[in-house]
Amino acid sequence: MQARLSATDLACRKGDRLLFRQLDLDLGPGDMLHVRGPNGVGKTSLMRILAGLARPFAGTIERSDEVGMIDGRHALDPDRKLGDALRFWARLDGGVDISEPMRRLGIDTLTDIPVGYLSTGQKQRGVIARLLLRPRPIWLLDEAFAGLDTASQDLLADLVSEHCKAGGLCAFVSHQPVDLPARVLDLAEYA
Amino acid sequence: MKTFAILLRRDLAILLPGGARGSAFLPLIFFLLVAVLYPFAVGPEPSLLARTGGGVLWVAALLASILPLDRLVASDREAGVFDQLALRGISEEIAMTARLVAHWLSFGPLILIATLPAAALLSLNGQTFWRLLASLLAGTPGLAAIGLITSALLASLRGGTALAGLLLAPIAVPLVIFGAGHLARDDISGALFAGAFSLVLCAIAPFAAAAAIRAARD
Repeated sequence: MQARLSATDLACRKGDRLLFRQLDLDLGPGDMLHVRGPNGVGKTSLMRILAGLARPFAGTIERSDEVGMIDGRHALDPDRKLGDALRFWARLDGGVDISEPMRRLGIDTLTDIPVGYLSTGQKQRGVIARLLLRPRPIWLLDEAFAGLDTASQDLLADLVSEHCKAGGLCAFVSHQPVDLPARVLDLAEYA
Repeated sequence: MKTFAILLRRDLAILLPGGARGSAFLPLIFFLLVAVLYPFAVGPEPSLLARTGGGVLWVAALLASILPLDRLVASDREAGVFDQLALRGISEEIAMTARLVAHWLSFGPLILIATLPAAALLSLNGQTFWRLLASLLAGTPGLAAIGLITSALLASLRGGTALAGLLLAPIAVPLVIFGAGHLARDDISGALFAGAFSLVLCAIAPFAAAAAIRAARD
């Protein structure tokens, strides 16, 4: 895959505050970007703009492929079993099998548990399993490491580096140090 | 089309009776409750009940359709479902069309069935019963459409349900006028008008609701 995600002269406004401006970004196959900065600097807004879910105040974005995104919300039906909730997304992704991603994330034993009964970390692993359902060249992970235990954090780091070795690209927001050879973008510098 | 079927299947699994959100029988119970209470309130005189009962059931159906609105759109918005759908290139319009169908199926058929015991409780005669059934069949899709639009509009507000009733009622007035008016007239024009109004609302609703969700996004 020839993944590419580039942004030119990006600016974001929330209300009457300019969060960041003149942000240029160019990510190609295999690139990792660690977005950092204090709370309220606009990291989530940046991720949503890159994903195309929000419009930037100024600037342009080019995406070569479909985006896989993890944000703070799990989008799994709390009243349904984890297996059923994931199977809904698997059907939308072309009827793929959910057992392999679930086994990879170590949640294959939780198939019959309603999502509402799962812990934050277990839900988060379900969300990561959904990301793996179909190869999506561009990964945007907003606080995807939060709520995970150390083993799962390492697993996610492994998944990210596998993804980038296979020619994908990944931009992630994390307050914790992540053991990945990622370029660091401090958003506070663009305020 | 396949996407629509997948979305509809999920919506039905959540909204239908026995479904995951589990409040699907509330509109039915509310509707029957009105039919039970009304004779106690106005007295058991059959001619009075027969004359006014159909209109009361129409109002009951309208109010019952408000009950499922609080979680119809808001919970999916909070959980980020629409964002994940958008990332997969699935438009809010398709999602809202599926939601409209599932929403009507979750209360419409139940209320139509409940019309039979309700008509018996209010001693409606056979002709009025069939007229009521026809006008409810014509009008409830319109109630579902208005409900969907209001709950999508209010999805980003806290405690929007109380507002939903206030917003829904004025738009639903023509449905009630024509639907309940059908009971009093000899021709079928009332039901036809209610049906036409329903069709227009059902055609608008997915686009209006989708626009509301997108507007609340950033």
